[in-house]
Amino acid sequence: MLELYEGALNVPEIITRWYAEEAEYNYGAYIPFIGTVREEDGIEGLSFDVYEPILNGWFETWQAKAESLGAKLKMAHSRGDVLVHESSYIAAVFSPKRRVALETIEKFVEDFKASAPIWKYDLRHGERLYARDRSTAISGAGILGAKR
Amino acid sequence: MVTVEFLGPIQKATLSLDAASLHDVAEALKEDNEMAQWLDNCAVAVNDMLVSTLDTPLKDGDKVSLLPPVCGG
Repeated sequence: MLELYEGALNVPEIITRWYAEEAEYNYGAYIPFIGTVREEDGIEGLSFDVYEPILNGWFETWQAKAESLGAKLKMAHSRGDVLVHESSYIAAVFSPKRRVALETIEKFVEDFKASAPIWKYDLRHGERLYARDRSTAISGAGILGAKR
Repeated sequence: MVTVEFLGPIQKATLSLDAASLHDVAEALKEDNEMAQWLDNCAVAVNDMLVSTLDTPLKDGDKVSLLPPVCGG
């Protein structure tokens, strides 16, 4: 399940609801990863653009991988502005045993950072500035610039 | 005609152009000075599927998307 929200996430509501949704499925492990905006270099917050069609496909591919291991993924992300000390991202894995959950959450979050079509901007003095130096080109990028 | 859309921080309106493959899209975009900073680092999707070669054929009505470097979370 992939959930997108305008602005900051309501973390207690989301992680409590996910816990309740899976309570009857006999999962022994539930690992949420919660990403919170840090005060750094004087930013007021972060802002996000999300391209949903490709994000959905990326998430479905991961969900199929998780299912093959007997696990289930959930993810929530913000669009628009999220201020310092608010949260913009939650990824969670449910699995029968801890080892699969621990390994899956790490791989999922790392691939999310490298591949999910989401763009981050710093909010500074009311301006929205693309965080270019913290961004990663998606695997296979650059074909349009290649010399013939 | 195909449409070319620019995602995230690329401040550019959607284009329509005649293109039989992504080679034609690449040639058109290389003539656009605004795009010079993006062509080497954008991923490309056709109809919302990422592609890995300029040989990807295009047909009338296809949507080409440029995805600049990402940073979710």
